[in-house]
Amino acid sequence: MKFLRNIFDNAHKTLSSSEKTKKFFPLVDAFDTLMFTPNHVTKKGSHVRDAIDLKRTMMLVIIALIPCLLFGIYNTGYQHFRVLGELEVITFWEIFFKGALVVLPLVVVSYGAGLFVEFIFAIKNGHTVQEGFLVSGMLIPLCMPADVPLWMVAVATIFAVVIGKEVFGGTGMNILNVALTARAFLFFAHPTKMSGNEVWVTGFSELKGENYASLVSSANPEGVVDGSSGATALGDLASFMQDSPVLENTQAFQAKYSLMDSFLGFIPGSVGETSALMCLIGAALLLWTGIASWRVISSFFVGGFVMATILNLIGGNGYFELPAIHQLMLGGFMFGMVFMATDPVTAAHTNAGKFIYGFLGGFLGILIRMVNPAYPEGIMLAILIANVFAPLIDHMVIQNNINRRLKRLKTA
Amino acid sequence: MKITVKRGLDIKMKGVPNKIIAESNLSKSFAIKPSDFSNLTPKLLVKEGDSVKCGSPVFCDKYNDKVIFVSPASGVVDKIIRGEKRRILAVTINSDGKFTQKNTKAKDFSKLDREELKTDLLKSGLWPFLRMRPIDIIARPEDNPKSIFISSFDTNPLSPDYDFIMHNKSAEFNAGLELLNILTDGSVHLQIRKNSDEVFSNAKNVKTHLVKGPHPSGNVGVQMHEIDPINKGEVVWYINPQDVMILGRYSLTGAYDANKVISVGGENIDSPNYVKTISGSSIESILKGYKVIENSRFISGSPLTGKKVDKDGFLGFYHHQVSVLPEGNEYKFFLSEGWLSLGFNRFSASKSYPTWLMPKSKTYQFDTNLNGEERSFVVSGQYEKVFPFDIYPVQLLKSIVTNDIEKMENLGIYEVSPEDFALCEFVCTSKINVQEIVRNGLDLIYKECM
Repeated sequence: MKFLRNIFDNAHKTLSSSEKTKKFFPLVDAFDTLMFTPNHVTKKGSHVRDAIDLKRTMMLVIIALIPCLLFGIYNTGYQHFRVLGELEVITFWEIFFKGALVVLPLVVVSYGAGLFVEFIFAIKNGHTVQEGFLVSGMLIPLCMPADVPLWMVAVATIFAVVIGKEVFGGTGMNILNVALTARAFLFFAHPTKMSGNEVWVTGFSELKGENYASLVSSANPEGVVDGSSGATALGDLASFMQDSPVLENTQAFQAKYSLMDSFLGFIPGSVGETSALMCLIGAALLLWTGIASWRVISSFFVGGFVMATILNLIGGNGYFELPAIHQLMLGGFMFGMVFMATDPVTAAHTNAGKFIYGFLGGFLGILIRMVNPAYPEGIMLAILIANVFAPLIDHMVIQNNINRRLKRLKTA
Repeated sequence: MKITVKRGLDIKMKGVPNKIIAESNLSKSFAIKPSDFSNLTPKLLVKEGDSVKCGSPVFCDKYNDKVIFVSPASGVVDKIIRGEKRRILAVTINSDGKFTQKNTKAKDFSKLDREELKTDLLKSGLWPFLRMRPIDIIARPEDNPKSIFISSFDTNPLSPDYDFIMHNKSAEFNAGLELLNILTDGSVHLQIRKNSDEVFSNAKNVKTHLVKGPHPSGNVGVQMHEIDPINKGEVVWYINPQDVMILGRYSLTGAYDANKVISVGGENIDSPNYVKTISGSSIESILKGYKVIENSRFISGSPLTGKKVDKDGFLGFYHHQVSVLPEGNEYKFFLSEGWLSLGFNRFSASKSYPTWLMPKSKTYQFDTNLNGEERSFVVSGQYEKVFPFDIYPVQLLKSIVTNDIEKMENLGIYEVSPEDFALCEFVCTSKINVQEIVRNGLDLIYKECM
């Protein structure tokens, strides 16, 4: 390790030797502190400190995202070959390789664009690079459709980091979840690439063109019927609210997207969101290490379940009649619940507030998704709304505490 | 009253002092440091070369010259050490080793009324042992506190065990309690633990309360919050049990006798135990019998709240322990011992290290490394787990940082002191210097509202 240490020490020395290069200190420092916990000692207050730091906290979230990432890679390949009808003739590794070819560039572009902005701000403002983007950089590709153009990911990431975070003062100061800001930006700026029936399966729009017929004809003829749809489960469900539903009734839907498939995640959707199981594995790690708030996760789930049950009881169409638990396994609900709503910066900060915040997020998510079928991505919008309401919720909780203290003063 | 503190954290540090009292070498040099007292502007009453006795005034509070600070030893004023802007850092006294008392007459204090007693305590130099909440400064003589608090136990890491130190010291302790009872219309509250020594459990003229729970249950702030919370405009005093004994000895003999037993702990000394010493003694004299490992940090007070001192420094006025810990001024490779290590030997209150899976009796090595870098406030809910007040710590800190006095008052700043936030600072992922923020907030409140 001595060798590595010397490299960094020399780099610092070279940088600090001239005024011009001094400002690039954050660049070297970021890598240095990644490899070594620095030799800083306590100067004020408590002389000893807990072993935890922000790097470890963020890294554990990234580790929790790995199951979703790996499954996302596999499922991207899986969906691609599903519409081609070639699943029978293709190996596991070919599927995985195809998925990796699509997903890894998304990850690289997201990290590249985001860290570039972070470094510029760090150099400009003369502070060290904070770790906030490490998690956002992984969340952004996982909440994108597989077929999104890379330049859009870059633009959305830069927008989210600059407008969503840096203008508020950087990590820890933002009001809205950075990854969801990126997603919402694309959702409204480039709706054709973020919603509809053609973006969820990689290569789908090309396959639909002239070559499509010849491509599938060589394969299993059953694949043609199956492969004709690149829509998400929620897209199919939303069509129940229109004049010409894709499927006849809820039973037909359940036959196409079984509860098990929805839970395991072998359905089209954003890269990392489809598998409830993988989200739950991530949740288990985050809860076990105490990084995500169990208050937010549990109340978010309850909120969604309550809303879905209410609409379930109302019934009247194929969408509303879908059992609540199946509803929650679809779309971004689980992913948003585990990784987005729990962002400690944008969630409510008080313990009581977290219950309200989580419930609101889950409740609104299902409400938006089901009652306004133009926005099947209700969870994204609901979490952003809950982010906006979080300070207000905290304010109410704290005011309650203040009133309690004032009452004590009066009775004393 | 029985009190159970649920939220908190016991820090399991190596180097807990054994219950043996070593006779220390008498210090040749003593210091009285204005910096031991928050918000104090000293006015010197001696010059270098003046001779002093035990109990002779050395300096007083510039804004209230009745509050004087006296020499714990007899001898000659050696140096007046000044810092930036000629601020007085310490007055050192070369002891003649005789400890001649300025005053040797015992008085019958039971006949004194409150005002007479206050005058007497102020003149004798014992007054600064009394501290007040809110603000956490020396008690103001003009106040009539609604109660006086004594915590008979310290839950800080490596802290002294008063049950052990004060065993068989009932006479002095009770004499001190008698004086305290004159000073308040309310009660003197003494918080004890299960199995406390009889010096505490049989103490006279006090209301005893049984307290259970992890650190900071031994902090008077937490105990006040449970027993008799401070509202705006109210004042509560508190005093350390060993300082009650100093009052008691004064009451019995008339002497200013600042003898105390302190704990000397920490991993970097060979056999941590207790040492008999005198307030203001040099650290060197206290550590004379120990082997000290190189690259150590010397702390007067607890590792959580104490002050860093040099080896030629002095014991703080309110401190009853000295801690010697390894300096953490080394780089730690991220996988082997740094931020991404498995960390079976690293202590953490967060569950991201396996501390919480280890047996509860396991003790840990601590050094003074920050274990990270200062960051924006990101993780929420962390302080609340170790902060047993019905107060929102983060929101209070934010109101202090933004100088919002009304909000500070509303959020309960009158009830807290920096030491109550020590654990918040310890567990903080973002390595924010919380105690300093609280101190600044209290200073602002003192300036603007008191």
